[in-house]
Amino acid sequence: MNDKVIICEELTKRFGDFIAVNHISFDVRKGEIFGFLGANGAGKTTAMRILCGLSFPTSGKATVAGFDVYKQQESIKKNIGYMSQKFSLYENLTVVENIEFFGGVYGLSSAEIRRRSDRLVNKLGLTQEARKLVRSLPLGWKQKLAFSVAIFHDPQIVFLDEPTGGVDPITRRQFWDMIYEAAATGITVFVTTHYMDEAEYCNRITVMVDGKVEALDTPGNLKARYQAASMDEVFYQLARGAKRSAD
Amino acid sequence: MKQLLVFIRKEFYHVFRDKRTLLIMFGLPVVQIVLFGFALTSEVKNITLTVIDQARDVNSAQIINKIKSSSYFIVDESALNYDEVTIAFKKGSAKCALIFPNGFGNDLQHTGEAPVQIITDGSDPNMAKTVVNYLTAILTAYQQETSAGGQLPYRIIPEQRMLYNEEGNGSLNFIPGVMALVLMLVCTALTSVAVVREKELGTMEILLVSPFKPLLVLLAKAVPYLALSLANFTLILVMAVFVLDVEIKGSILLLFLVSTLFIIACLSIGLMISNVTNSQQTALLLSMMGMMIPTLIFTGFMFPLENMPWIFRMIANAVPSRWYFLIIKAVMLKGLGFSYIWKEMAVLLGMTLVALSIALKNFKIRLS
Amino acid sequence: MNAVVLDHITKTYDAGKVLAVDDVSLQVAAGELFGLIGPDGAGKTSIFRILTTLLLPDKGHAAVNGLDCVKDYKAIRRSVGYMPGRFSLYQDLTVAENLHFFATLFGTTIEANYSLIKDIYEQIKPFSGRRAGKLSGGMKQKLALCCALVHKPEVLFLDEPTTGVDAVSRKEFWEMLKTLKQQGITIVVSTPYMDEAVLCERIALIQDGRIMSVDTPAKVVAAFPVKLYAVKAADIYRLLTSLRGDNSISSCYAFGEYVHVTFRDEAAHDLQAWQQTLAAQGHEQVEVKIISPSIEDSFIRLMQEKQNAQP
Repeated sequence: MNDKVIICEELTKRFGDFIAVNHISFDVRKGEIFGFLGANGAGKTTAMRILCGLSFPTSGKATVAGFDVYKQQESIKKNIGYMSQKFSLYENLTVVENIEFFGGVYGLSSAEIRRRSDRLVNKLGLTQEARKLVRSLPLGWKQKLAFSVAIFHDPQIVFLDEPTGGVDPITRRQFWDMIYEAAATGITVFVTTHYMDEAEYCNRITVMVDGKVEALDTPGNLKARYQAASMDEVFYQLARGAKRSAD
Repeated sequence: MKQLLVFIRKEFYHVFRDKRTLLIMFGLPVVQIVLFGFALTSEVKNITLTVIDQARDVNSAQIINKIKSSSYFIVDESALNYDEVTIAFKKGSAKCALIFPNGFGNDLQHTGEAPVQIITDGSDPNMAKTVVNYLTAILTAYQQETSAGGQLPYRIIPEQRMLYNEEGNGSLNFIPGVMALVLMLVCTALTSVAVVREKELGTMEILLVSPFKPLLVLLAKAVPYLALSLANFTLILVMAVFVLDVEIKGSILLLFLVSTLFIIACLSIGLMISNVTNSQQTALLLSMMGMMIPTLIFTGFMFPLENMPWIFRMIANAVPSRWYFLIIKAVMLKGLGFSYIWKEMAVLLGMTLVALSIALKNFKIRLS
Repeated sequence: MNAVVLDHITKTYDAGKVLAVDDVSLQVAAGELFGLIGPDGAGKTSIFRILTTLLLPDKGHAAVNGLDCVKDYKAIRRSVGYMPGRFSLYQDLTVAENLHFFATLFGTTIEANYSLIKDIYEQIKPFSGRRAGKLSGGMKQKLALCCALVHKPEVLFLDEPTTGVDAVSRKEFWEMLKTLKQQGITIVVSTPYMDEAVLCERIALIQDGRIMSVDTPAKVVAAFPVKLYAVKAADIYRLLTSLRGDNSISSCYAFGEYVHVTFRDEAAHDLQAWQQTLAAQGHEQVEVKIISPSIEDSFIRLMQEKQNAQP
């Protein structure tokens, strides 16, 4: 049981009459790349917020990195990384300043930050740009940097909310290389995406429809079950039946 | 034309659906008036009044006795001349003085009228005003008593003098001040934000890529705020009259006319600001720092302009609310007509034209 | 006549420091469904803004319906529909109020061109009293499209209409575009999703402000210069790593469950032998086949060629 880093049991979130997340249950194993799909308004964001310790569930149980989502939100936040397409880095700080800031937020020592920051800048090939404002970097680099910053403090789990939106096809793949690499070092990756080909890169996939987990399996098994040639089709078959569509 | 009307209606939707802004807009004058009104009205009791009776006749003695018998004043007759009074004022041991000139009673009996001088400490404008009011009331009462039997009605003419703050900033001044402040805030800040919001939302892009004339966007934005500002102005006026018992001496029509002029000036400045900014925050900050603070400082209702160094007085001349403040005071409190204020109105009009033409000239028909 | 013409258009920002559009030329025929395909920052939005007269190009000449984008901007603004990349309607107005406002803005009424928007509007009509800000992504998009169409434009510019929208809504949206095309409207649409390219009649692949290729999707794909192989194994990441170590391989990229591979030399490769080699390296469930490339393969190929061409 120890290798399960996320456990959800009957997790539910209501907003008045609206059940955003409706009794969802799943486990995520350590080092797994776990794809979280769903149409707009299916409840993905709400579920992800609960797991990140940003919002309390109405009922049900969930632990993230061994911590309870009701009582230990602060411990959860220390042990996870988060990156979204919308907010990731401060555009008006330099590359190094961003790294230092986020390292500091997670309580790393200055010496440790400096050591890791140098290594990271070298690895990303950003030595020339280290003192430049993040604003001036191309989008693809920003996203790669944002991901690196999200796992800078060696979290157990990293949550990625549509990390590759609008990124060019080569960078998108380089980004996934980084995800694979992180997973290989034991970091669990919890990722949402609108690119269905990216769903194929995940070890297992959850498809949420109307607040419920409609399917959870490996991409191969899902395709076999729905007799579909691609994940795109699987998703379409599942999500087409959705009744609600509110964000 | 229909386009413009629909656009204006849309603007009203925006305004009425943004309950918070609406609350601020109409809550602000209420809060300010209540705050100023009640903070500034204070009862004066047992205040020491220095009296110099140079006349030493029946009438002056009668008046001094009357003052002594009121509960408001303790009369101090130790000072002998005007110089001693000013020294006492400087020391702060005297706050107000009443001087009967030589031949007061004689003048009153033979010519029917005579002056008295009331000197007050203007650094406490509230008290000064109250003292003048009370003394005037006592003098008036005396006039009526003595005239009741006689044929000729006596007139005692109080000459007021306020030391240190000749203008006599005080309770009545703040109403025009609040008017200037609120109109400035609503017109400048809200209009600039309203235009910039369209840029932020991206709707400006669609508006520009439509046959709708860009200049009409500005017009449509301005109209609702003009209407709201006039409503706001009415609210302040009504509150001033019914809550604070301010008497409006001049023409209400003229008041509305000059206020409309001032509102248009503020709207033009708001539109000018909206042209040079791209975020609501910057627009708000610019209108706050650029307009609100000068309005507070240089209008003359918080700090008397006369006491400022010349450079500040020059700056004050460039602040529209300074002129509006003068006009409103003249019309509302002094009851003066158009012939007395046309110069100030001309200045406001000039400012409006300049701001408006800059706003129109700089309105971008494209992005960036 | 061409509905849209871009002739050596260049656009820079920040006083020439940022090159957004770099010498772009292309034509869109009247009635065509044309796609600008490229990632964020490729210059798609700048091109749209130049064509919709919102920006002035630094160099070059652009025209819509034969009207100059600089001189005749007023006439263009009357005859085009534009849906910007961000949701650009009034969130505090209801669905019906938004539509009515935009109809009036263009000097028309909803009824006048109702047939054009009917199919789309009927889908959001049940929510016509709801504020636009409270709509879901898919419905916002439909409303935005209605507002862009309500004055019956001759050319419709849609800047990334499907970004941030789920796969189901995206499919529906493209169905709507097909219907509109049948009514004779020229449509220029941009998207970062390569899989949507095949839904256009002609496409321009754009990257870093430059057009890499303009053609029909079929011809773009046919121009792929080498054979493309797809390889699959149980552990994709391990497969990728070992393929990268192979010197004879020119490129390898993950594509869903497969890895797409091109070789340096064009000699026929023995698929069986290759499969065995990979199996010998410890890969399980290896599958190898020759495939025809997708637009995304072409895009990657063109990007690489461009990168290699740079010093």
